Amino acid sequence: MLLAVAIAAGAWELYKALGPPDGGDVFGWRIIPKTNDRVMPHIWEMLAEFGDPEVRGRDTAVWEAMLGYSWYTLRMSLAGLLLGGALGIGLAVLMARFRVVERGLLPYVVLSQTIPLIALAPQVAALGGNWGLPKWTWAAALAAFLSFFPVTIATLRGLQSVPAASLELMDSFAASWWTTLRKLRFPAAVPFIVPGLKLAATASVIGVVVSEVSLGLRGVGFAALSYGQKTTSQPATVYTAVFAAALLGLIMFGLVSAAEAFVMRKRPTEINT
Amino acid sequence: MNKQWRTGVAAAASLALVLAACGSDDDGGDEASSESVAPTESTGEADDGGGAAACDSPDQVSLQLQWFTQAQFAGYYAAIDQGFYADQCLDVEIKEGAVEIVPQSELANGNADFAIAWVPKALQTREAGADIVNIAQVFERSGTLQVSFADAGITSPADFAGKVIGNWGFGNEYEVFAAIGEAGLDPVADVDLVGQQFDMVALLEGEIDAAEAMTYNEYAQVLEAINPDTGELYQPEDFNVISYEEVGVGMLQDAIWADAGRLADDAEYRDQAVRFVAASLQGWAFCRDNVEQCATTVTDAGSTLGASHQQWMMNEVNKLIWPASTGTVGTIDQAAWDRTVEISKSTPNLDGATVLTADPTDGAFTNDIVNEAVALLDGVDLAGAGYTPIDVTLNEGGE
Repeated sequence: MLLAVAIAAGAWELYKALGPPDGGDVFGWRIIPKTNDRVMPHIWEMLAEFGDPEVRGRDTAVWEAMLGYSWYTLRMSLAGLLLGGALGIGLAVLMARFRVVERGLLPYVVLSQTIPLIALAPQVAALGGNWGLPKWTWAAALAAFLSFFPVTIATLRGLQSVPAASLELMDSFAASWWTTLRKLRFPAAVPFIVPGLKLAATASVIGVVVSEVSLGLRGVGFAALSYGQKTTSQPATVYTAVFAAALLGLIMFGLVSAAEAFVMRKRPTEINT
Repeated sequence: MNKQWRTGVAAAASLALVLAACGSDDDGGDEASSESVAPTESTGEADDGGGAAACDSPDQVSLQLQWFTQAQFAGYYAAIDQGFYADQCLDVEIKEGAVEIVPQSELANGNADFAIAWVPKALQTREAGADIVNIAQVFERSGTLQVSFADAGITSPADFAGKVIGNWGFGNEYEVFAAIGEAGLDPVADVDLVGQQFDMVALLEGEIDAAEAMTYNEYAQVLEAINPDTGELYQPEDFNVISYEEVGVGMLQDAIWADAGRLADDAEYRDQAVRFVAASLQGWAFCRDNVEQCATTVTDAGSTLGASHQQWMMNEVNKLIWPASTGTVGTIDQAAWDRTVEISKSTPNLDGATVLTADPTDGAFTNDIVNEAVALLDGVDLAGAGYTPIDVTLNEGGE
């Protein structure tokens, strides 16, 4: 992974060194980006910004401030992921149980993901304001809206992946649907749910960051917007927020992976295949 | 298998508990998000406000801003910091804005008690059914500029012809269109109008010939940037600046809006509005006389703007307020109001839409609240007749 980061950084600097400073047009369209310092700051300038004070003359450095913003964003993202995960698995179980629910609901689940988050944000804000919910729950709700989808699809697929022979075996024990779900379907679905949750984890961060920008919560999204105001004279600063957001996505992903390792630690390997 | 499942569920449940615990203390943990700062002991100037003695439990009211904490809203932060709101027996919570927060809608939806909004945008929301009223016109002058490099030779709106003219959209563009119309140009045929970010990169990169800018923000941004030709900061003489206020198409900007229905029916709210306006105007008067201190107050309240940028903004905002030509800051001038309404009705943007389709119905603004508020303020100079701006030197990056 470090290698990948190094390659990306190298590519950025290489293009900056070799590319045309004023960009280039292809058939009248601006295709080739400019490489000057305002449009493409050096990587080391971006990193150096972390060490600068957030406001000159104050004690707080950008990295300290960013740590605070990131922690706030991370907590909302986790809340969003838990909410989205629970909603996703719940919906999938419902759809696996009742065919008619799957037929009726699945198209709307898919449809829901075509609604742009920024169109939804004001509605959530209006509702949340009316109900007197604290603002961070609005962001968590929007994050859950993004993150439930991959979990639903993955869980549904997992629940339906059980071989017919196993189901017939459970039937021959006169096991109830609920028992079959608990002892057979759900364990079989875990290898499907985990990748769904991994997608959901990063989606949750995106959801929270977009909500912060839309609704004004002081996390990483706020930092991106607020530092973005300095783009004219300090183009590198805003990248500190970009790095922080990317890192948060990785952390969320890592948390799901860790949870996976924990849950799967005693599982015989042949089930995993 | 069963046992592992229980462990997994238990782990998830405990994680949820931990999260719930984290979540519940958000208000405490995130101190910068709302500014219900306990007033510091006022510095001797606050004792001229009325009613301080009879305040057992201050009234809680909230104010919705258009954007993040910055000196554009310094008067309200100063009124908290200097205890002017406390003197009026108010506990004011300032709510920051964001990209999708529309202050006048928050006000109409009951999520805030008062809101700061530009007059044309608020009137548009009002025309759409929001029952709101302008109770104090804080900014008397428009701060909108069109900034271009001096060598482009754009010194008046007539020079926009054939040029690429940046504008912001979101209802921030109507002064640009009004100026184009005033100059006898057709916005579609004669001018190349393009959308612009809320920064000046496109101007400096030569993508556009003239960029829309606020005196107190974006114009400062170009003056904080390094001129690659000289290695020094850009200087004012490098640019031509067109002020829409001077061109005669300035529209009224930051004003305090209140809920008209509550103002009519709820005597307590009306009383709070009078006291809120009084303390807010006192805050603005304080910032007129204490530019540097107010800039610091705003930074303390959580603004991430650099110190010299903040001071510049404070000084430029003061120029939009002072001197108050009506004799009392906050008073709505009928002529300026009429001009704003006229432009809102008659200026189509690129889509052919005007801000307003008809004159605002009665009760869109009132001077009653300001007049009563002024009576609460003894010995506060609300005219600022002798106001002179200070000189602010911008540093690189606004620091």
